[in-house]
Amino acid sequence: MSTRLARREHRAAWLFLTPLALVMLLVAVWPLSRTVFFAFTNAYLDDPTNYSMVGIDNFIEVLTDSGWWHVVRNTLVFTSISVAIETVLGLAIALLINEAIPGRGLVRAAILVPWAIPVVVATKIWDWMLNDQFGVINALIVGLGLSDHGIAWTANSSLIMGVVIFIDVWMTTPFMVLLILAGLQLLPGEIFEAAHVDGIPAWKRFWSITLPLLTPAIGVAVLFRALDALRMFDLAYVLSASNENIMTVSIYARDRLISYQELGVGSAAASCVFLLVAFVAILIIGVLRLDRSAGAA
Amino acid sequence: MASVTLKSVSKSYGTNAVIRGVDLDIKDGEFVVFVGPSGCGKSTLLRLVAGLIPVSSGVVAIDGEDVTDVPASKRGIAFVFQSYALYPHMSVARNIGFALETLGIGRDAIRTKVRDVAKMLKVDHLLDRRPRELSGGQRQRVAIGRALVRKPDVFLFDEPLSNLDSDLRMEMRVEIAKLHADIGTTMIYVTHDQAEAMTLADRIVVLNHGLIEQVGTPQELYHTPDSRFVAGFIGSPRMNFAPVSVEGAGETKHLSGPGGFAIDLAFSGQGAGAASIGVRPEAIAITGEGEGRLSGLLERIEDLGHEHFAYARLADDSVWVVRVAGRPPLELKGRMVGLAFRDADLFVFDGDGRRLDHHESHERASAAQFREARR
Repeated sequence: MSTRLARREHRAAWLFLTPLALVMLLVAVWPLSRTVFFAFTNAYLDDPTNYSMVGIDNFIEVLTDSGWWHVVRNTLVFTSISVAIETVLGLAIALLINEAIPGRGLVRAAILVPWAIPVVVATKIWDWMLNDQFGVINALIVGLGLSDHGIAWTANSSLIMGVVIFIDVWMTTPFMVLLILAGLQLLPGEIFEAAHVDGIPAWKRFWSITLPLLTPAIGVAVLFRALDALRMFDLAYVLSASNENIMTVSIYARDRLISYQELGVGSAAASCVFLLVAFVAILIIGVLRLDRSAGAA
Repeated sequence: MASVTLKSVSKSYGTNAVIRGVDLDIKDGEFVVFVGPSGCGKSTLLRLVAGLIPVSSGVVAIDGEDVTDVPASKRGIAFVFQSYALYPHMSVARNIGFALETLGIGRDAIRTKVRDVAKMLKVDHLLDRRPRELSGGQRQRVAIGRALVRKPDVFLFDEPLSNLDSDLRMEMRVEIAKLHADIGTTMIYVTHDQAEAMTLADRIVVLNHGLIEQVGTPQELYHTPDSRFVAGFIGSPRMNFAPVSVEGAGETKHLSGPGGFAIDLAFSGQGAGAASIGVRPEAIAITGEGEGRLSGLLERIEDLGHEHFAYARLADDSVWVVRVAGRPPLELKGRMVGLAFRDADLFVFDGDGRRLDHHESHERASAAQFREARR
C-alpha cells in the first residue's frame, strides 16, 4: 500500500526519467541491439536488407581467427602498460602539484595542454617529430652523438608499440593527474596534521594514509582510462592504419565491417569488443570494490 | 611533563596579523584554556605551540627548551583535533597504536599499550571497529586515546567537544577534567565556550584580535575583568552594559545614564574617563517602578525551569537581561520595573574599555578572593 503522496512522487520521478530513457534507447540500446542482431546474420554492407540468419558462425569465425587474438593481445598490452604508466605518473604529478608550491595554478593549467590537443593532431605532431629522416627527435639524437644514424621509430615493428604507448601517456596523463588531484584535495587536512604530530615518517604517511584513502579516486581514474584504452582506435589508426603490431580490436572490427564490407562478421567482432570492455570493467570494479568504497572514504 | 613558554610570538599571513606578540608562561601540570570569539586567533596560537604552523617571529619553548624550529613530532606534544582526525580506514586499535608502529617496540608491546589506554577510556570493546561505526563521543575518546598512548609532555586540545551534543559535551568535559587530575600532564585547551573554560581551567587566557586580553583564574576573570571585552565574554548570559556620562571634579564623580541611572562613586584612579557601566544579570533584582538603580520596560520572560531570564528595555532601547532564580515576576510583564543591584556589583569602564576601580569594587574583589581561598 502506498500513500497518494508516495505515488505522486513516483509519477514525477518517471516523468523526469522518460526523456533520458528515450534518448538512451535511441542512441545506445537500439544501435547496440542492431549490432548484436547483425552479428547473427551473413549480411554485407552494400545491401544490409539482404541477409539470412547464420547462428553463431560469425562468432566462431572471429574467435578462430589468429588475427583476432593478435589484436586482442595488442590491445591488452597497450591498455595495461599505458594505464599503469599513466597511473604512476599521474599520482606522482598530482602529489607534487598538491603541495603549495609557487606557480601552482600555472602548472595546473599548463599540464592540461596535451589533453586539450585532438588525438589526430597530437599523433601527427609526434609522427613528424619521430620521423626517421626529418624528425626533430632523430636530429637531436644524432646531433648529441648518441647514435650515428636515426632510429626508425614508427617503421620498426618492435618499437612502434612503444611509440603508441608513449604518445598515449603524453596525451592522457593530465587526465589522470586531474582526477587524482581532485581526490587528493578531498582528503581531510587534519588527518595529515595528526600524522605529523604522531611523528609518522613521510613514506609511511604515503603508504598507510594517502594511498589507502586515495584508492577510490585512483580506482575511478583507472577504470575510466582502461575503458578508454581498450576501445582505442584513433591513435593507432592515424599513426599506421594497417600495421599489425599496433592494430587494436576496434581497428580489427572496423576493417572487417568497412574494408571487407562483412556486416555480419564485423558486427560479431564489435560485439566481442563490447564484451571484452564490459568484462574488464566488471573486473576492475570488483577488484577495487569501487561500488562499495566510493562513499566510505 | 613540561612547562610551555611563549615569548612575543607573532604569526601573520601576508599583511594579515593573526597573532600579535603573545607572551605567556604555562606552568608544568597546569590546565590552561584559550578562549575568545571566532577569529581571535586561539586555534592559530595552539597550532603555533604544536608546531603545526611555523611562527613568524618570537620564541616557543617547551620545558625550558627552545623548540621554535623543532617539528611537531619532536616537541613531545599530542594534539586532539576538533574533527577528531581519526584515520578512517583503520580500526580503532590501529588508530590508537599507529604512532607506535614506527618506534620499533614490537607488536605485542603495542597491543598491550593500546589495550591499556583503551580500557582507561572505556573503548576497549570497540577496538576492531572502524571510526565511521562509532558515535561522536566514542570517536572523541579514541582521539584522546591516540594522544594518550604516546605519553606526551603537553596535551593540546583544539575545540574537542564542539561537535558533540550538549549532554555528551558535559559528560566529556567532566572526563577531561578527571583525565587531567589523573595524569597531571600540562594541558592547553582551546574553546569558544566560556562555560567549558570556566569549569576546566586552572587559568584562562582570553584572546581578542590576536592579543591576550587577560590571563587569570576563572574567579579572577569573573570578578575582576581587566576590560569590558573580558567582562562581556565571561559569564552567561553576558554582562549588561550602558553608556554613562561623568560630572564632577575630585575623587567622587557623578555618573548618569539611560533608564534614570544616577550614582555618586568614589574612584581610586582616573574616574573622569568613565564611559560605560556593566552589571551581571545574576547581580540584578527586579523591583517596583521607581525603586532600584535604573528602570525599564519588562518585555519578555524566558522560563528555563530552574531559572528565568527577564528582559527589560531601557530608555535608550538597549535590553538588559536579569537572571531570576525564584518565581518569575509574570505579573510585571509589560510594565515598567526597577532594576536593583549593589554598588559593589557595578563595573565601570573607560572609553577604551579598560575597567576603572571604584571604592565599592574593592569590596567585591576581596569577597571573591575570600571565596576562592575557601575552595
